[in-house]
Amino acid sequence: MLSFKGDFTSELLSSILNIIENKMEHMENDQRVRKRVFSILLECLQNLYHHNETISANSDNSMRSEDKTGIVMIAKNITGYSVFTGNLMMNESVEQLKDKLEDINAMGKDELKELYKNILNNGERSVKGGGGLGMIDIARRSGQKLDYGFIPFDDNHSFFSLNVNIS
Amino acid sequence: MDNINIEGSAKTPTVEFDSATGKLMIKGRSIPENSIEFYKPLIDWIDNYGKLPKQNTLVSIQLEYFNTSSSKCILDVFKKLEAIRTSGNEVSVDWHYEEDDEDMLEAGEDYQAIINIPFKMIEVEEIV
Repeated sequence: MLSFKGDFTSELLSSILNIIENKMEHMENDQRVRKRVFSILLECLQNLYHHNETISANSDNSMRSEDKTGIVMIAKNITGYSVFTGNLMMNESVEQLKDKLEDINAMGKDELKELYKNILNNGERSVKGGGGLGMIDIARRSGQKLDYGFIPFDDNHSFFSLNVNIS
Repeated sequence: MDNINIEGSAKTPTVEFDSATGKLMIKGRSIPENSIEFYKPLIDWIDNYGKLPKQNTLVSIQLEYFNTSSSKCILDVFKKLEAIRTSGNEVSVDWHYEEDDEDMLEAGEDYQAIINIPFKMIEVEEIV
């Protein structure tokens, strides 16, 4: 339905959401599915907006400034929809994110609800405002296990990918 | 005190708070990248209103979408309102959700479980 690779600005987020909302209006009759795809895409895009790492100047000289890119792909398949996102992150943050995603995937619907409420009410607020609720929200809405991967990119960075299925 | 009248945009909701009637409405979409910036004026305003609130404060939430960045700010709004209720005034929340939008109903129930304010869940055909 749509794919983009590049720098994710606030304006770009608006455009992508707008395009997908319009497309879904025509191709999906079930309003619940339309809303789920929109909500999940929204959180995934805001993850890209807030967490995309720029390749630092001290890394390999072959890296250029245009390497500050994230990627998104929204697709329709036989079982439903898929929202795929990928971005570079610092290696030192990989373990923490991996642990968090493993925890989320080990939880059922009710446990995720409790975790969400707990972090909402007691959790530290991150600089970005969400305080780590994004991935839990995505998992709750998708109702499926999060499909993710980490690929080493250079000495300092890894490529993080997340594929969320919605049916 | 002055009223609040913020017009909604593609990423931010319409916010109206009438200090004479004690009616607060948040309506539309709350999906900004930086929600703290958007909600701060409202939260400061409620702080002020709380010094001399109406006997009854009625909050009407009519959201079609909100992001997780907004969810903490909305909780902050409810916490300020909860403090007004604790000091002996009536506060109630009408939480609207579009028909079949179980996620939005559940989001309302999450707040209801955390906040000590009576919530009424209201199903509507469409949030315009």
